[in-house]
Amino acid sequence: MTSPDPSATVLAFEQVERRYGDAGEVVAVGGVDCAIAKGSFVALVGASGSGKSTLLKMVNTLVMPSGGRVLFGGEDVITLNQSQLRRRVGYVFQGIGLFPHFSVGENIGIGPRLAGEALPAERIEELLTLVELGPEMATRMPDELSGGQRQRVGVARALAGDPELLLMDEPFGALDPITRDALGEKVRELHERLGLTTIMVTHDMAEALLLADRVLVMDAGELLADCTPRQLLMGEGGEIAQSLVSVPRQQAEKLAAMEGRLA
Amino acid sequence: MENFVEILFGLGDKLTAHIVLAASAIGLGIAVALPLAVWASRSQTVNRIALGFASLVQTIPALALLALFFPILLSLRGVFGEGLPTLGFLPALLALALYALLPILRNAVTAQANLDPGVLEAADGVGMTSWQKLRLVEAPLSAPFVMAGIRTASVWTIGAATLSTTIGQPSLGDPIFAGLQTQNWALVLAGCFASAALALIVDMLLGLIERGLAARKFKQWGGGMLAVALGILAALAFQFGDDWFGEEREEGDLGPIIIASKQFSEQYILAQLIGAQLEKAGYEVEYRDGLGSAVVHSAVASSNIDVSVDYTGTIWTNNLKRTDNPGREVMYETIRNWEQEENGVRVLGRLGFENAYAFAMREDRAAELGVTSLGDLVPVAGDLTVGGDPEFFERPEWIAVRDAYGLEFGGNRNFSPTFMYNALRSGEADVISAYTSDGRIAADRLIVLDDPQEALPSYDAMLMMSPRIAGEEEIANALRPLLDAISVEAMRKANFAVDREGEGKLSPKDAAAALAEEIGL
Repeated sequence: MTSPDPSATVLAFEQVERRYGDAGEVVAVGGVDCAIAKGSFVALVGASGSGKSTLLKMVNTLVMPSGGRVLFGGEDVITLNQSQLRRRVGYVFQGIGLFPHFSVGENIGIGPRLAGEALPAERIEELLTLVELGPEMATRMPDELSGGQRQRVGVARALAGDPELLLMDEPFGALDPITRDALGEKVRELHERLGLTTIMVTHDMAEALLLADRVLVMDAGELLADCTPRQLLMGEGGEIAQSLVSVPRQQAEKLAAMEGRLA
Repeated sequence: MENFVEILFGLGDKLTAHIVLAASAIGLGIAVALPLAVWASRSQTVNRIALGFASLVQTIPALALLALFFPILLSLRGVFGEGLPTLGFLPALLALALYALLPILRNAVTAQANLDPGVLEAADGVGMTSWQKLRLVEAPLSAPFVMAGIRTASVWTIGAATLSTTIGQPSLGDPIFAGLQTQNWALVLAGCFASAALALIVDMLLGLIERGLAARKFKQWGGGMLAVALGILAALAFQFGDDWFGEEREEGDLGPIIIASKQFSEQYILAQLIGAQLEKAGYEVEYRDGLGSAVVHSAVASSNIDVSVDYTGTIWTNNLKRTDNPGREVMYETIRNWEQEENGVRVLGRLGFENAYAFAMREDRAAELGVTSLGDLVPVAGDLTVGGDPEFFERPEWIAVRDAYGLEFGGNRNFSPTFMYNALRSGEADVISAYTSDGRIAADRLIVLDDPQEALPSYDAMLMMSPRIAGEEEIANALRPLLDAISVEAMRKANFAVDREGEGKLSPKDAAAALAEEIGL
């Protein structure tokens, strides 16, 4: 198991802003400062419209910062070649976005193919195995797959280029709870095994607490809390963070009480 | 229907010309519409302007759009030089391609707008450049919808291409227009049948490609495309085969002499008569039948066609822009000189008859109302309907007559020349703008109203030679026997033979042969 190495910063946000409108009156992200250490699994939690997705997308420049800098490996992302940057960063999102006219294997191999290198069949098989799919899946078309299988392919595609950083934007949002749980565990395991640095955006605090080793809480474009799951459960992080933590906690307490009554 | 089948099998060259024209127009339409659609999908402004323009074009009747390219190309000669063709293939191609734009553009833009946003985000997320995204994702996913647009455009274009006959481009419209003018319904039917069959076959093939693309079956769409390509290639080979494999034309050889006719029977007959004379003298001839009346003069002046028959009154008002009436001889001499000096067109001479505008009524109706001259019409005109050919009420002749006599009719109606006489017979019109050489004047027992104020100018038929052949004395000699040889009675008889229905109806070619015999050629 690799533990986060605070001395090696993979990603740093410096006063990063994203404003919309002619005068920049709409603030999506307003001045975020934060450093992400190599090997860490960071969850970015907040309500809808809190700016968490926008902040994530500024890493691979799907959204351009309107102020401040995003440093990836010490370099400002807007100075990097966009396509090359995106191939160094694995990206998984709720929409999954498998290319419907490509087979599963072609979908997984698309990143390396864009870089001019065809992924060998063994590597595709290896990636499918990583996400617990059989090698026969490679020739299937995406519309023959279940939702959970598709997102597994989405994860395999994100990992195909040996990314230095894995970005996940509500990756399990569209999945049923059982699939969601299993895939969450799988991703955490892969994170360990491959020594990844992972940032996952979610609105589900329970998911964040269970999977991540660092939780960032955002609200109205501001970073409000930056704690470990343990610290959050101990009551740190402020009022808004605690209101998010209280939801799964109360659910768990109610379930425990019901079990007590049944027992 | 033996006749119909025979005609149908004789349409090979029209069919190939039609295919080559329609395929080129659709190809050009695609070549313009697809890049425009890509641009439009990336810019709202371009989207609005491009779709707005394409929709606007669509509101222009195809016939008008085709005709409009004549003056446009003529004015562009200032830029591209005198060699720019103003008639025939080029204007037909441009007009039809413009027409094909809208369905292709609209479908392509809609397809792009409806692409799954998740897939597009993924394309960006995996690091595609915008060109890779277009090539690998947007284009293949839009293809079935784009194909549906191309399919619609193709069916429209194949239909609209029949109208290119009016600007001198051979197509399946040739038999349709010729048949409509001479009331030869088998000819009309054959043209329509061939064009509809072509449209259906193309629609079926493109439908096959569309479904193949949607189902991602390469064999299906590849096979469809191959069939379409082979069809176009076959048409090209058939049309240009002679040029490719035939003998080189010798220096000084004029090539075929091109003879024009406007859209009425007399013109078809005279074209055949002229053609026969030239063939007898050893020349190769080609016909451009059914040209728009306004197009013919410019086409002769620009040597796009070589020989035409035009009328003094037409040239006087349309080209010299004169409204006065100095009398028959002065008019003719003025035009002759003007053509020589302004256009280099040689007016070889007059054929001997006039095809003037005149007002005609049914004998019984005229007797009932006590009308024998235009002046007699004035008190009763308010209760009468006047019928004219499509251009008549815009012509100075009509304005001159109206103003000279102070005529005010109860109503005006436009008819194609053929149907004008039917309208008179059925009572839908009381008075029509007839033509003096028209065979139906005698056959339908019509009377031509006198024009005591001489408001209507003369319309002597003249033989015109383009600048290209103006100096060819051999051609002039071959045509001279026609000059002052055709009386108005002879012309009426020939016209009637073509216009009549039932027994004794002749094709323009046979009528021309009969006329030649009658005038002793």
